[in-house]
Amino acid sequence: MAMLSVKDLEVYYGSIHAIKGISFEVNEGEIVTLIGANGAGKTTTLHAISGLVKVKSGSVDFCGNNLRTTEPHKIIRLGLAQVPEGRRVFAKMTVQENLEMGACIRKDKAAVEADYKAVFERLPRLKERRKQIAGTLSGGEQQMLAIGRALMGNPKMLLLDEPSMGLSPLLVNEIFNIIQDVNKSGVTVLLVEQNAKKALEIANRAYVLETGGISMSGDAKTLSQDEQVRKAYLGG
Amino acid sequence: MDILAQVLNGLGIGSIYALVALGYSMVYGIVQLINFAHGDIIMVGAYVTYVGLVMAGVPLWAAVLISILFCGIAGVLIEKLAYSRLLKKGAPRISLLITAIGVSIFLQNLSQLLFSSSAKSMPAMFPNGMLELGALQVSSNTLLNIGTSIVMMIALQLLVNKTKIGKAMRATSEDAGAAKLMGISTSSTIAFTFGVGSALAAVGAVLYCNTFHQITPYMGGMLGLKAFVAAVLGGIGSIPGAMLGGYILGVAESLTTAAGGSQITDAIVFGILILVLLVKPAGLFGKNTREKV
Repeated sequence: MAMLSVKDLEVYYGSIHAIKGISFEVNEGEIVTLIGANGAGKTTTLHAISGLVKVKSGSVDFCGNNLRTTEPHKIIRLGLAQVPEGRRVFAKMTVQENLEMGACIRKDKAAVEADYKAVFERLPRLKERRKQIAGTLSGGEQQMLAIGRALMGNPKMLLLDEPSMGLSPLLVNEIFNIIQDVNKSGVTVLLVEQNAKKALEIANRAYVLETGGISMSGDAKTLSQDEQVRKAYLGG
Repeated sequence: MDILAQVLNGLGIGSIYALVALGYSMVYGIVQLINFAHGDIIMVGAYVTYVGLVMAGVPLWAAVLISILFCGIAGVLIEKLAYSRLLKKGAPRISLLITAIGVSIFLQNLSQLLFSSSAKSMPAMFPNGMLELGALQVSSNTLLNIGTSIVMMIALQLLVNKTKIGKAMRATSEDAGAAKLMGISTSSTIAFTFGVGSALAAVGAVLYCNTFHQITPYMGGMLGLKAFVAAVLGGIGSIPGAMLGGYILGVAESLTTAAGGSQITDAIVFGILILVLLVKPAGLFGKNTREKV
């Protein structure tokens, strides 16, 4: 059974039909990517999963839990963490406090301490800057902090929304390496990206989102060689 | 020396404004709402103290404690009953503002119904005496006010910066959506903030009763407005700002009165607000800077 399964999801913003009945699933251990142009509905889909926008119809199930009836702040307790678009770190709080917020649902102090260590090992730049105010970090560091913060919730699955946004190619590579690394440590990943090339490189499977519907799906390697995908998303 | 004595007196009154201003500032910081019913919470606190101390005859410490707890719980209940649904549905801020005015009128009328509109007189609560500080004479009540406000501010700073719920308050005020993703129950966090603000208003109410000895159902109006001015003056959302704003207001009033201008103290107070905002629109401690994104 799929870890995350979305069926016939429909979302409206007022009279705008933003998501027109999409279905997809993510299996345990996979990296699945949802690619598509600006405005295709990628972020809306993630917000629908995490309960930040209202869903009109369809189902969203995570590990057998119906997310449509789960309050947004309880979703992380089920093991589903999100790195939101634009990072949305708490800019006025320190790096350390941001990580604490990520771990705020956890009671197992010893395990949390171990996870701080693990996050700082994986993201050494955060360790140097743990006392620094998050708003003063560079874009790449903020993205690392947003990922570290989500990992502090000890998730089974990580949703990432445009982690490459606004970053230099060098940093994009670094962030994508981190994502692969996180996946290898046992966290399932759903990656939403405009940077289709990079996303298809690291993903197992992919779905192509176009104006609120899924136009193509399949193995990431196969899709990256598909003529249509190459033309539309990979620059020929 | 006379001026110094007036400054101290002003700080004593300003401490009451400061305690009330903290509540305005905290609530604004977390939901961007000017809670116009906050002034009336002082009135509620004053009447609860009156009921405890005068009508039921409980000891002073118990009356004070009951008043603080009562207001804290009232703050949470008001948030849950009046505001939380509006916040959940993403209602425009103007709807919240109108609701706040409605809550204010409700509280005033309720207290008029229960206690009549005539003023009640409060007995002296804390022993008051004149203390000699060198050539300076200062009443012990003034020192009590100042001391209490400073202790409360420090406690609040510790709460906000060092505790889990305090950090959740800051996270919610910065980005409620991201806070939810972290697993923070933003609705309980907001209710808690209302509770703390209201409890602080009750502390202000006790000091007010002890200083002025008279309470009416409408006492929260002007007092609340001045505390609001203090919060804006200091930079709304900032805890030290609210305190500083309260002190400045109290001192300005006291000096104006001492200079023989008791008729125009309110004009001076609001004049200061206008002047400060002309120079620093975000208030003294307000931040208008944008963080790097």
